[in-house]
Amino acid sequence: MATTATVHQTKWWSGGKSPFNVEYGKLMMWYFLMSDAFTFGAFLISYGTIRFSQNYWPNPSDVFNTFPLAGEANLPLAFVSLMTFILIMSSVTMVLAVHEGHHGNRKGVVKWLAWTIVGGFAFLACQAWEWTHLLTGEHPTLVNGHIELWAQTVKHNPWGRLAESSAITDALKNTSPNVMAKMVYEHNHSMSLAQLAALPHDQLANMVNLAETHVREAGPIAFGGFFFGITGFHGFHVFSGVMINIIMLAMANNGVFDRRGHYLMIEKAGLYWHFVDLVWVFVFLCFYLI
Amino acid sequence: MSAEHQNVSAEVSFQHEPSGDSVKRIWKTFWILLIITIVELALGLTLYALDLPDDLKRMLIKGTIIILSLAKAYFIVSVFMHLGDEIRNLILTIVIPLMLFIWFILAFIIDGNSYKHLRNKYDKSFLERTMETPPKKN
Repeated sequence: MATTATVHQTKWWSGGKSPFNVEYGKLMMWYFLMSDAFTFGAFLISYGTIRFSQNYWPNPSDVFNTFPLAGEANLPLAFVSLMTFILIMSSVTMVLAVHEGHHGNRKGVVKWLAWTIVGGFAFLACQAWEWTHLLTGEHPTLVNGHIELWAQTVKHNPWGRLAESSAITDALKNTSPNVMAKMVYEHNHSMSLAQLAALPHDQLANMVNLAETHVREAGPIAFGGFFFGITGFHGFHVFSGVMINIIMLAMANNGVFDRRGHYLMIEKAGLYWHFVDLVWVFVFLCFYLI
Repeated sequence: MSAEHQNVSAEVSFQHEPSGDSVKRIWKTFWILLIITIVELALGLTLYALDLPDDLKRMLIKGTIIILSLAKAYFIVSVFMHLGDEIRNLILTIVIPLMLFIWFILAFIIDGNSYKHLRNKYDKSFLERTMETPPKKN
């Protein structure tokens, strides 16, 4: 019995064949993904290093708590869960496309690739909404003794510590009527913005609801650069993955892989797409969960 | 043209799928990933709801979330990317270089942490400006 086991032993390193038992292009895809993992890893580790060097860091559940069409409702983690679900789903449809490719089933490959592309576009749409929401938000921020309305950009971070009420009362004296009008209008629609802004300064300052309005100090500036940089780099990978999948769909549909006799290209595109999902696991972890 | 293909298929055996129930295996992995993600979300919301200070309990929950994420990464790479079905040579040529991350993460995180402590020690105004709860004015 012992001898029969050794009959099938292959000498992988004796030459004449790939010691990795894969086609050259697929091996190179693996090596590319490994180097890309280090690129993403370096970005995320630099983010972690800066975060560990700070006493205060914004709570992600305060920053990412909105959902499309849900207004100002406080829904931490909800939207990003949807994005995560979309990406996991599209990873499943991709692996099903690869599976159909193993069996040379052109129709199956086309069907599952099409769903993968739909998932990719859905994810990109979610990201576009999220970025727009962050970049156009108006959050009352205590800056140099007055209050400004800040969005989350690469230069401004409105998610610092909650300001003290005495500091806010002082700051309101130096705050422009337009800013205060917006702060009042958020909780009180009895007057229009223009009417509010025309009120005497003291009266308007008294109308600001300090129990409802969270005025924060400026937060660490690096937050925006890391967030937009890393999710943008990931989004770029999703976008290029979708483009690759569209090309694969066209090629599969035209029977290119049937003529070649194998669907190895689908496997390689699949590796790239799964890698995009893999990176999202860590982006999700580092930016939203902890 | 065809000779080239014969050459490729003679050299490489494309048997990456365990015969039979591999669609079942894909969906099973999907459910595993989904359940892990839901547990992660539950832990993340727990962190938010409890609003714990930076103490051991908070670190334990965060550590659990990190371990769950690594488990997700393992399932994606092993099943979806079929690395688990490849031969040992290929697995090792990918996994061994990735071990560099162990040093990479530890060294840089520890460095950032040490910088924070140095700054807090020698620059008291930084500590006052950035600590979690601002000092109360009398």
